[in-house]
Amino acid sequence: MTRRWIGPVAATVVALTVWQMIVWLADTPAFILPGPLRVAEALWRDAEIIAENTMITFVEILLGLVIGAALGISTAIHLSLSPTARTFILPVLVFSQAIPVFALAPVLTLWFGYGLLPKVIMAVLIVYFPVASAFYDGLAGTPRGLIDLARVMGASRTRIMTRVQIPAALPSLATGLRLAAVYAPIGAVIGEWVGASRGLGYLMIYANGRSKIDLMFAALFVLAIMTVLLRALIDLICTRFLSRWTGETTRPEGL
Amino acid sequence: MGDKPLFGPLELMIPAGSWTCLLGPSGVGKSTMLRLIAGLEIGGRFDGTITASDGASLTDRIAYMAQDDLLFPWLDIMGNATLGARMRGEKPDRERAARLIEQVGLTPYAAQKPATLSGGQRQRAALVRTMMEDRPIILLDEPFSALDARTRAEMQELAADLLTDRTVLLVTHDPAEAARLGTTLHILDEGGLTTLPAPPTPPVREIDAQETLACQARLFRALRASPEAA
Repeated sequence: MTRRWIGPVAATVVALTVWQMIVWLADTPAFILPGPLRVAEALWRDAEIIAENTMITFVEILLGLVIGAALGISTAIHLSLSPTARTFILPVLVFSQAIPVFALAPVLTLWFGYGLLPKVIMAVLIVYFPVASAFYDGLAGTPRGLIDLARVMGASRTRIMTRVQIPAALPSLATGLRLAAVYAPIGAVIGEWVGASRGLGYLMIYANGRSKIDLMFAALFVLAIMTVLLRALIDLICTRFLSRWTGETTRPEGL
Repeated sequence: MGDKPLFGPLELMIPAGSWTCLLGPSGVGKSTMLRLIAGLEIGGRFDGTITASDGASLTDRIAYMAQDDLLFPWLDIMGNATLGARMRGEKPDRERAARLIEQVGLTPYAAQKPATLSGGQRQRAALVRTMMEDRPIILLDEPFSALDARTRAEMQELAADLLTDRTVLLVTHDPAEAARLGTTLHILDEGGLTTLPAPPTPPVREIDAQETLACQARLFRALRASPEAA
């Protein structure tokens, strides 16, 4: 257990030391590059403001993640069930990915105002595709033999989906969800950059504009920690859930 | 598959209540024939009819077992044994499953996932699943091919024992297996379907019995004589 932590902790200590050394040696002014000590100070000093704004961003990310994942999952199931949906929706889906979500942020703010909604929509948009595409690939990649067997046993199309394809595709869904956990904060923060009066993204823009670079770094640090924790949480849920389904993670081949 | 026919016009009669073996080199359409009977997609066109002598539909009267055990990795052995009921939304008969699992010697593994079992144990679990279906027609697609010699012999005896009086179609490329188990023997190759005489003794026959070995040699010669080898 302790072994696992030595590497990351040591790397962090080294990085922070180098950072602080650069600031001391180059004597950079705090409004250009504050040292880690200065950032830690800001984190302590403005803890209340940071916490408030973190909660806002957290709610946006969580809503975006849940709604985006739900939409992605249902899209994947529909695509898998219906050839018509594959013909019409799949190209549109791929094309929609050619549009940078960032470009939509100003329009979303224009349409939905400065509140929670446009940020959640941003997060939903950014989460939707990786979940839909990973899960769809998993459903489509279900071993042919398992489906054939179910069919000979007299399973209906719906049961083949719920009892064979969905369980077989759960590992792929987990991959999509892990990606989504990292993408969702990006969506929410971009939404806040473009137009907001609250949230970590807003706090960063605000601090930057007032040369409070230490506060900007503090907000960035909190955002990164939140993203890492969110990913770890999703990872934990997926691993727990999957091990219950599959028992073993690996299956010896060729037996 | 293109426009090339996989097999020309042919007729295959499968007598009820006994084992029919279908031998032949790889790629001549043995498995395709089996998939046709099972009502599965074959990725091609089929002109012909498949009928049962009693005139009733084949649907819901077939159980199927393949070379790949097709055990669901996320279900334990009990779950896999009762898979059919699960797939049809019926209540699984766990008592009967437990009896069959005991019969094939898998009771200690009933609550384990397939990944923890050996190849032979997994194929035995697949056999239990096939038995649980309790269908009159059993389609076996090289079910023992991937097993080692000893396990294969044991599985052949176990299957023959459990599936007596069923209408079984066994697709295999092993003449020894056909000679042990078949009551009716067919060879499918590029030239079409050939029927060969089976040993006079009832299956399952001893591997080293005179008539089994003679039949095995006959089958082997017939396979070698197929157009591909010429």
